[in-house]
Amino acid sequence: MTAAVSIIDAVKHFGSLKALAGVSLEIEQGEFFGLLGQNGAGKTTLISSLAGLVRPDSGTLKVLGYDVIKDFREARRRLGVVPQELVFDPFFNVRETLQIQSGYFGIRKNDDWIDEILANLDLTSKANVNMRRLSGGMKRRVLVAQALVHKPPVIVLDEPTAGVDVELRQGLWQFVRRLNSEGHTIILTTHYLEEAESLCGRIALMKQGRVMALDTTANLMSAGDTLEEVFVRTMRL
Amino acid sequence: MIGFWTLFYKEILRFWKVAFQTVGAPVLTALLYLMIFGHVLDEHVKVHGVPYTSFLVPGLVMMQVLQNAFANSSSSLIQAKITGSIVFVLLPPIPYSAFFAAYVLAAMARGLMVGVGVLLATLWFTELKLVAPLWILAFALLGGSLFGALGMIAGIWSEKFDQLAGFQNFLIMPLTMLSGVFYSIYTLPNFWQHVSHYNPVFYMIDGFRYGFFGVSDVAPEISLAVVFACFTAVSLLTLSLLKRGWKLRT
Repeated sequence: MTAAVSIIDAVKHFGSLKALAGVSLEIEQGEFFGLLGQNGAGKTTLISSLAGLVRPDSGTLKVLGYDVIKDFREARRRLGVVPQELVFDPFFNVRETLQIQSGYFGIRKNDDWIDEILANLDLTSKANVNMRRLSGGMKRRVLVAQALVHKPPVIVLDEPTAGVDVELRQGLWQFVRRLNSEGHTIILTTHYLEEAESLCGRIALMKQGRVMALDTTANLMSAGDTLEEVFVRTMRL
Repeated sequence: MIGFWTLFYKEILRFWKVAFQTVGAPVLTALLYLMIFGHVLDEHVKVHGVPYTSFLVPGLVMMQVLQNAFANSSSSLIQAKITGSIVFVLLPPIPYSAFFAAYVLAAMARGLMVGVGVLLATLWFTELKLVAPLWILAFALLGGSLFGALGMIAGIWSEKFDQLAGFQNFLIMPLTMLSGVFYSIYTLPNFWQHVSHYNPVFYMIDGFRYGFFGVSDVAPEISLAVVFACFTAVSLLTLSLLKRGWKLRT
């Protein structure tokens, strides 16, 4: 079966900084995969390279077999990204935002799915509210909704619960787990290690643009350590 | 194609939601120019045998078409870049040519909307004939598109609002104000007449005005050729920047 994500020797420099120093990894379809590391480890650069926002200096990145540069249209159709920053377009309300995002992905009549996403993310009552008037947590939910409008088989969540209250976190994870059980591949970056521990089947630990450890969550913690202990030990290497 | 139409629709909706500021305000500015200059000069000046107020109207219309087309694409891009919402148009599979076409056409649409608004409002002040409407349309469409594309370059290049303001104040404003909006270049000294011929906006204003009065400083065919050449050059440059992802995809 084609890998959901295949990355071979990805290298990216920003000036003298080596943001990716030859990253290779493969994520299978249907996995719930964690990408962990300290700030500046290269997680967001790797995700941005996958999404076409950053152009790697060398290496090959594929989404479901489609090269993110040569077959960018096919690759991007299969990828949904929740960006780390809380960004929004202040001109539109929630429903308009989602309808527009659907259109960008070539989907015209998408209201049934949009209604379902809104309900699952507890946004139905906010559908006609302008983005500027939403709280930070609500805006974060809309970002998640935007990443899902085109039903992407591969979903990347870049720190989706940063600054989000407990209730939303639980609701979000319930929804994401359901998507995963329906076959969507989930790639998660987070600083909340307990979330990664409970959700992810496999985890890659990154440091200074390199993958320092890559294994199933169970194997990483096989010596009876918590994920936090494994993380701290790996970061000291 | 749905991606292109959606981006075009989004850009139209963006300025239409604040139409008071994006359409109404430029119409009022043009009317103020007309009232002040027309009142002061109408009884003293005729250009190409045309009363000054009538001569001024097409220039003001075209100036607003150009400035607003530029403002639309440039402000949309810089706002999206600064707020980070640019990712919403960079993540989807929209080809760079569709990206270009959507921004340019929406910019042109705003320019035309403001232009029509100015034209309708000025009918209270003067009578206008449309001697050659196709020339009017050709110059408005091409000029609006050219400045929409130029706005894209400025929006992509600028990283801060003051950089964009510099582009607008030190390039776009002088080009439009010194293009013959308020005068025929034959009233200028030889040196400045010569300099005016290097300003592409002069050809847009002059050709646009030809459509109203059937007289111009330069033959409209030559003006159209110059404007078309400039549009082609600026479009190719914009497309090549988009293809490379310059300042958009790091």
